[in-house]
Amino acid sequence: MVKNEKLKVVLARVVLFFVLFLMYLPILVLIVFSFTKSTELGTWTGFSLQLYKDLFENKSLMRAIGNTLLIALVSALVSTILGTLGAVGTFYTKKRAKKSIETMTQLPVVNAEIVMALSLAVLFKAVNASYTFLTLLVGHVVLTVAFVYLNVKPRLVKMDSSIYEAALDLGATPRVALFKIILPEILPGIFSGFLISITLSLDDFVITQYLKEPSFETISTYIQKIVVKHPIPAEVRALTTLLFLVVLGMVIAITIYNNKKANKQLSAMNAKMRGVIK
Amino acid sequence: MAKENETILQLINVNKEFDGSVVVDNFNLDVKKGEFVTFLGPSGCGKTTTLRMIAGLEMPTSGQILLNGKDIAQLPPHKRPLNTVFQRYALFPHLDVYDNIAFGLKLKRIPYEYTDKNGNKKEKLRKYTREEIDAKISKALKIVDLEGFEMRDVATLSGGQQQRVAIARAIVNEPEILLLDEPLGALDLKMRKEMQLELKEMHKKLGITFIYVTHDQEEALTMSDRIVVIEDGIIQQIGTPMDIYNEPSNAFVADFIGESNIYVGTMIDKLKVHFLGANWDCIDDFPLNEKVDVVVRPEDIIIKKPNEGKVKAKIVNKIFKGIHFQFTAMVGNNEVLIQSTVDHPVGEEISLSIDPDLIQIMHREYTTNIYNDAYIDKNNNVVFAGATWEVDVCQLVEGSSLDEKGYLITKEGKKYDLSDLDVIATVEMKDIDISDNLEEGNITGKIIQMVWIGDHYQLVVRTEDEEDFVLETEYTWNELDTVSVIIKKENIKLKLKADLADYEI
Repeated sequence: MVKNEKLKVVLARVVLFFVLFLMYLPILVLIVFSFTKSTELGTWTGFSLQLYKDLFENKSLMRAIGNTLLIALVSALVSTILGTLGAVGTFYTKKRAKKSIETMTQLPVVNAEIVMALSLAVLFKAVNASYTFLTLLVGHVVLTVAFVYLNVKPRLVKMDSSIYEAALDLGATPRVALFKIILPEILPGIFSGFLISITLSLDDFVITQYLKEPSFETISTYIQKIVVKHPIPAEVRALTTLLFLVVLGMVIAITIYNNKKANKQLSAMNAKMRGVIK
Repeated sequence: MAKENETILQLINVNKEFDGSVVVDNFNLDVKKGEFVTFLGPSGCGKTTTLRMIAGLEMPTSGQILLNGKDIAQLPPHKRPLNTVFQRYALFPHLDVYDNIAFGLKLKRIPYEYTDKNGNKKEKLRKYTREEIDAKISKALKIVDLEGFEMRDVATLSGGQQQRVAIARAIVNEPEILLLDEPLGALDLKMRKEMQLELKEMHKKLGITFIYVTHDQEEALTMSDRIVVIEDGIIQQIGTPMDIYNEPSNAFVADFIGESNIYVGTMIDKLKVHFLGANWDCIDDFPLNEKVDVVVRPEDIIIKKPNEGKVKAKIVNKIFKGIHFQFTAMVGNNEVLIQSTVDHPVGEEISLSIDPDLIQIMHREYTTNIYNDAYIDKNNNVVFAGATWEVDVCQLVEGSSLDEKGYLITKEGKKYDLSDLDVIATVEMKDIDISDNLEEGNITGKIIQMVWIGDHYQLVVRTEDEEDFVLETEYTWNELDTVSVIIKKENIKLKLKADLADYEI
């Protein structure tokens, strides 16, 4: 019996790790082959950091990376401000208006990106606007603002809504109450909304392709442009490895942060329980 | 030092409507400096809304709120020298105890005098210094019995401790009036009793005016100098706890405050009232033959041997309550609730007597349903209370009848077209039926009030358009049940309001 149980546990572990292994295999292969010089994928010609050197010497690729980061940061910032204000505003509006606003914010989340991209493109054409960084920014904000809203809202719901009134009652102006009381409470939601916005903006292709200035390239549009005529440049392997490592680092940092907070809450709860027993 | 009996807060004709429905109706109240006033009423009666209007968290639709004679009704909350203790504490979770209490102090600017270069005395505003804040906080924590808790995280505190921090956070600002919105609601019974006494003690020590909101009548009786009983947005009674308990102004107050027996009685002679099948001496003077509500507290009924008391009764139920027994006895069809420290077995035949001054007689608030704005429609139905009812219109003129076209023909052969005729419709309380089948009646409404009167319930059913039906029923319903209202054709009495001659054809 006991042996059987043990076997089951071991088997479950094996399956789990096998699936995980399969999921990460392509990335692993890519990472391994980013450390060789061969331009052809799959042939190992000895360890080399040549691709990383090429990567940093490829001016147009570097510019694309810079553009990607720029649009990601700026659009995430704008989205975070708009989405947070929107969430706080809706939270304190009347029930009926709240319902319709909430439904409207869900739409961009489920809507196909191509629809959003096309409609924005048509809109800009209709008002005769030429594509600039601004149109691209609008596109990315529209793409990400709903996710900020959705990240901030649960924090507001969890919050005791009367603390805002308590702050007013204690002599705070509405603005002071918002910055000193509401914002600290929903900060984790704002932060995760910001991170999701960056991630979404970073790997966006469709909206970017439709709304960008023709000479403006991000990583995804740059690669797309090249693969139409040429094989994928080898230094992209190095770029992907770097991106993966950055994201990995971010995920680990967030997990550690969350665990620490959970531990703190747990010990607070234990302290409370001890107080009750006493 | 303030003069005794100085009015600090005045509410004058304060009204509040939410989306067209009246939540607070013409509220008038004077609060004296240093008083402990309690707003008491069932949930949804408008007591919290009134408190929030005083705090500035809600603006009145109309009316004035005077603080020391100045109208503050439209002032935002942060400009009012009042502080609130909220129902669920509303502590700031990201701040520790010290910073929670310091929140108001850090925002406050106090005037101070200084002498400028030219030797003139001038006034400036300054913040509290760190030392001043420290001193105030440790004093406030001492008052609420939480010395040394400054650095604690509020999440680690128990409910009672959090409540104390909330109180400290409010009183540290030395408000002119402290507003408390059901502050003990989230605590368990024992803790609540302790906190009641502590709050009362605090009120004495601080000398601040307290306005306290609760739905717990015992809490109100224990703590208050004066109680304002509110029902359905309307003040029912204002008085000391003793007044309200001993001299309730109507059946609702009597039913809400403490246990009570309520009966419908008739004045049969000067200072004599008939109820429970007997004639009783009383001390309240009401017109002869008037129908009245009679209230007798269970502890005021004396159990005697058969034939020694005024009416015969039989004990049908007994509950041991610790300090006394609570008996239910039947006098005919009427239930009588009796509290006594002497045990009697269930089934015993007894008789009851009551001291004349313990029989409280009140005006009957509702005797019948009268609808003054009723009218007859094209089909000879009557329209009132937002619904159309079948009715016998021939009762308007004796000996009349309807012809095949629906015109009223009198004995004398005169012909009337009754459509749009204004009438007064009257329906007796016992003639209104309710049903939980919402299709059955003509209109639906919610049961907003329910009072047990001897052998039946008196219910108030309110429709969405705020029309009331008051009715008697022997069946048990629940407050806030939605029901449909049924009135039989023959039970609607009509009276002419307009001159019938204008409708002759």
